[in-house]
Amino acid sequence: MSKFIPAPWWSLFLLGFWLLLQNKVSFGTLLLGLILAILIPMYTLRARDYRTTLHKPLLAVQYFFILLADIIVSNFNIAAIILTPRKRIQPALIEFPLDISGSVPITILASTISLTPGTISAELGRDGRSLLIHGLNVQDPEATVQQIKHRYERRLKEIFQC
Amino acid sequence: MLVYALQIAFGLFGLSLLMNIIRLIRGPDLPDRILALDTIYINSLALLILLGIWHNTAFYFEAALLIAMLGFIGTVAAAKFLLRGDIIE
Amino acid sequence: MTNLPLWADLLISFVIVLGASFAFIGSLGLLRLPDFMARLHAPTKSTTLGVGGVIIGSMLYFSITDSLSLHELLIAIFLFLTAPISAHLLAKAGLHLELELTRNTQDLRKKPEQYSDKDS
Repeated sequence: MSKFIPAPWWSLFLLGFWLLLQNKVSFGTLLLGLILAILIPMYTLRARDYRTTLHKPLLAVQYFFILLADIIVSNFNIAAIILTPRKRIQPALIEFPLDISGSVPITILASTISLTPGTISAELGRDGRSLLIHGLNVQDPEATVQQIKHRYERRLKEIFQC
Repeated sequence: MLVYALQIAFGLFGLSLLMNIIRLIRGPDLPDRILALDTIYINSLALLILLGIWHNTAFYFEAALLIAMLGFIGTVAAAKFLLRGDIIE
Repeated sequence: MTNLPLWADLLISFVIVLGASFAFIGSLGLLRLPDFMARLHAPTKSTTLGVGGVIIGSMLYFSITDSLSLHELLIAIFLFLTAPISAHLLAKAGLHLELELTRNTQDLRKKPEQYSDKDS
């Protein structure tokens, strides 16, 4: 099993991608998609230099929906800032100490920070232990850090167990 | 109803593209210009999808997908060039 | 364009106009926010929902008039994955070139040398 499907989530993603690209489900597209979804991970797995295991798939789905809701909130938030005439914004560059490790979890956290209200991740520290965040309108930097830690980092830590 | 909605959307995207071009010309720095180009390609791919609804055809989808991919690669290459003065290290 | 049932007509019109408005607000932010790092916020956030709204409208329209059509989702997924990455790279470039920030920016970096890629 694990010899033919070394990365099951990746294979599932490739199959879904193929079916979406074909835009119809028939025996032929499904068969070709399955062949590609098995062959591509088998031949390219050696090129991946990171190993990540998803420990809690259900939590990952929950995380995705939280993220989706936050993106919508984030859009209204930024629209309010842009449309309010001459509002004084208070930008800030904040250091965010990381509790998680591993390139995939950190990438997901940085992308989450960029997509959610008021913050953008700008740089990863040299030692990989902190992120530099730019906030558009920050009243209390400490509260921003705590909110990100509580809302996203805690969940990622649980999903990837890192 | 959909006809009017599409016309309003065309107008809004057209104005967005105009504002992006103003930012592209005004600068003041290179990252601003790259960001303006990035926004221009995203707005134009949305415009292509709307054109597909307008003409009731799915042919514009492939063009929109290609713009999304090539635009992303272009933005990354330009940002990388600013960072290192070199695209392929 | 073909004829649609009334509810579909209203729903598709609503999501398309909503998406277009967010894209417009994002571009307006690109034009009028004060410095580069602030301008970066507007397009990255509003384009995801702006294009997302248009894509949902297109998906609904082709699914109702023709057969089920989900391939527009690919564009949404792709933009969803790439928008933070291009924003991150542009922010890196902006920090590297040391662009001017607005006067009331609080710089809370304790160890700035951690985030510069100049050789120390």
